[in-house]
Amino acid sequence: MSIFIPIVPEFFIFLSAVTLLVVGLFVKNIKLIINLSILALLIAIVLVFMQSIQTVFNNSLVIDEFSKVMKVLILMGSLSAIVMYHSSRKDLNIDLFEFPILILLATIGMMIMVSANDLIAIFIGLELQSLTLYVLAALNRNHLSSSEAGLKYFLLGALSSGLLLFGLSYIYGFTGNTNLNLISTTVTSGNIGLIIGIVFVCSGIAFKVSAVPFHMWTPDVYEGAPTPVTAFFALAPKVAALALAVRFLVVGFGDISFDWQQIIIFLSLASMIFAAFAAIAQKNIKRLMAYSSIGHVGYALIGLACGTAQGISSLIIYLTIYLAMNIGVFAFILSMKNKGDYFENISDLAGLYKTHPYYSLLITIFMFSLAGIPPLAGFFGKFYIFIAAIESNLMLLAIVGILASVISAFYYLRVIKVIYFDENKNSFEGFNSRSLNILINPSAFLILAFCVYPVPLIAISNYAASSFF
Amino acid sequence: MIQLEQFLILSSLIFSIGVIGIFLNRKNVIIILMSVELILLAVNINLVAFSYFLGDLTGQIFALFVLTVAAAEAAIGLAILVVYNRNAGNIEIENINSLKG
Repeated sequence: MSIFIPIVPEFFIFLSAVTLLVVGLFVKNIKLIINLSILALLIAIVLVFMQSIQTVFNNSLVIDEFSKVMKVLILMGSLSAIVMYHSSRKDLNIDLFEFPILILLATIGMMIMVSANDLIAIFIGLELQSLTLYVLAALNRNHLSSSEAGLKYFLLGALSSGLLLFGLSYIYGFTGNTNLNLISTTVTSGNIGLIIGIVFVCSGIAFKVSAVPFHMWTPDVYEGAPTPVTAFFALAPKVAALALAVRFLVVGFGDISFDWQQIIIFLSLASMIFAAFAAIAQKNIKRLMAYSSIGHVGYALIGLACGTAQGISSLIIYLTIYLAMNIGVFAFILSMKNKGDYFENISDLAGLYKTHPYYSLLITIFMFSLAGIPPLAGFFGKFYIFIAAIESNLMLLAIVGILASVISAFYYLRVIKVIYFDENKNSFEGFNSRSLNILINPSAFLILAFCVYPVPLIAISNYAASSFF
Repeated sequence: MIQLEQFLILSSLIFSIGVIGIFLNRKNVIIILMSVELILLAVNINLVAFSYFLGDLTGQIFALFVLTVAAAEAAIGLAILVVYNRNAGNIEIENINSLKG
């Protein structure tokens, strides 16, 4: 049993998921299952804090500063997805006890991804996460749109796993090792087989974080999947896949950063430019958020492209702020309901200012922050990323990033224009939901507080980045 | 004696057939599932060949993991396909377009 002590958080979530699965079969009380899984995730956060820094299972999993910070972010994302699910399960016809259990299982997969220091562990973590996400997307099994989203996500996700695995097999073959630390001692620049492997792995990861040109699934899956599932897709898996990319590229191939830097720069440029233009024509707010997340992944990848301590720490700051903004926006989207009907079009928000002035103010804060307007947190996230890019002589990325964020401000500001200046159409009763207010208010507070008191987040991100450099 | 390069050429051919099968196929989702299996099998050939020529067992262990996960993936894929078929009434790829994109 003592070998399980270093991975207590994962093991605890696993045990809770299995226990809750059995409990759910016999107890028809879904609220109990939801509360217990929220409790399990909260305990797991405490357990992650208490972990000591070490490597386990012959160095195939590492528990370092970076993985601890990332695991806390992932657990927060999963936690808010379950809370959002609780507020909407009855009206969306997804009143199934499997939902929190699937979220728990996906969380284990993501925690393994973040800790993985071995090609096999990377693969197992990624598959555990993706297999549960396919099921989650198709959860609303009586709706065509949800099952279609699940099918599309499965087909493209399976392809991306195949690409990633093909790359992993080349990396194993041309270095002779599966451990990232051992791989980093044998890599040499200009090894064609190794570069093929890195290219394939990068494209597989780009699928998972939905970076252009591997983004095709994102808008459809975001629109078709039930909204709490969409929120979960936008929160935790993005963080996990980016953390996996950071560990894989920086630990395994830090010495030949020139070879993979170009791939990341391309992905980042393409995502930023594409998302800025493609989102302009969107009418559905979930699709808008899909394009917005593509763009934000593009900005986050700038931090990875730098490959420096400053780049990684700005990436972590950016991801934390991104998480806070998306929790707020998706809780807001879930509040757009009236008598059991959910509204998803931007035009449904018309004149919201007249009926709900407080929540209009909050969504204005979120949208300004997503657009990167000072003094909100989203501005500082982009600011640190661009500073890191300029210090690593990646001027092009910084310039294109600033231009893309100016263009993308258009569609964020359009939402605000609809809320404040259009004729009133609907009033929503979803804002009275206590569980959504638990999410909206603190995330708005965090976004506002960051400009006044940014020190803790900067200290945490420097602490996390220190595990690589 | 078969060289490593020949194994790699074989596996990349099978991999390409799998990828092309996914993108050129306009008829049936089942064919896409078969193409995904082809991709994973190409990876397995790679892993076992590398493992043999490196004299290192890790690759074969990796291949066993890939086989297991491929089985789970096919099961989940078929389950989603059954749910989709129940809602849409068919599994023709040209009809999977109620979400535009």
